[in-house]
Amino acid sequence: MNTASVSLGASVSSQSRLVQLALAALLGIFVVGFVGFSHIDAVHNAAHDYRHSMAFPCH
Amino acid sequence: MNLFRNVVFVAAIAGLVAGVVLACMQAYATVPLILKAEVYEKAGDGHHHDHAASTNNNATSSAAPADNAMSSAAPAPAEAAAPAEDEGWAPADGVERFAFNVVANIVTGIGFALILVAASEFAGGIGNWRQGVFWGLAGFAVFTLAPGLGLPPELPAMPAAELLPRQIWWISTVAATAIGLGLIAFRKSLPLAILGVALIVAPHIVGAPQPESFETAIPEGLHHQFVVAVTLTDLVFWLVLGAVVGVVRGRFTGTATSLRDSFA
Repeated sequence: MNTASVSLGASVSSQSRLVQLALAALLGIFVVGFVGFSHIDAVHNAAHDYRHSMAFPCH
Repeated sequence: MNLFRNVVFVAAIAGLVAGVVLACMQAYATVPLILKAEVYEKAGDGHHHDHAASTNNNATSSAAPADNAMSSAAPAPAEAAAPAEDEGWAPADGVERFAFNVVANIVTGIGFALILVAASEFAGGIGNWRQGVFWGLAGFAVFTLAPGLGLPPELPAMPAAELLPRQIWWISTVAATAIGLGLIAFRKSLPLAILGVALIVAPHIVGAPQPESFETAIPEGLHHQFVVAVTLTDLVFWLVLGAVVGVVRGRFTGTATSLRDSFA
């Protein structure tokens, strides 16, 4: 309970911290990848304008 | 999993705010240019969506078997329902298309925020909005500037190389730039900084996949306007995202020394 007080998870062991941050990053990568890079047509069409506007490779 | 939950919470707020801001900017700055380009796309009919068209049959048959059955029984009404495009479901122009764009912005905004918050927590976390602005600049450099050098923002109907090699180059460039920036910023060592610069430069020496011909019906002025609009809207998005993460996270850590105690 007395680890760094200016952290988002103050009372977390360093190993568990690593795992949780890695999980959060992976979740973010998955979300961005699904919306921006999925080859499923319906997903492509739904996010079409977004893909162009973020300069993701499209078409 | 209390750290994970807090990261998700901060990212959700920041991604929601930045995503809505970006969607509003896109509605004025980029989407009108995409709509203009689609006029050329439809007039030229030629190359558009070759890749999508070839995978179309698989996607529709698995995603909408009912539609397929209906179209094989009665092809005429099915064609009438989708006269212009043969690419499966797409949101109708107007409000529906705008709404889906807003959703895409918010969802990926939260995705980018998750990556940003997680990465910054490794480096001690974003303490306030000004630090957040710099983290946002880094995100902009990694996710927009670097891949945009090799693969500039493109409008519909513009020629481009095969989709998959471009996606692979895009992802590799983003990864290499992120690692390179991290080495420069967080390792106080000259050789590692040089390695970082090399990592940032390398994807551009390899080169992005380019189309065989750059010939297009899209006027160059329109494309240039689009590149500027995309780059600036993305810049503002990243600055807002970083700043909001800084503010929200500051509220978290400012009100309680231990988040587990305050949010458990």
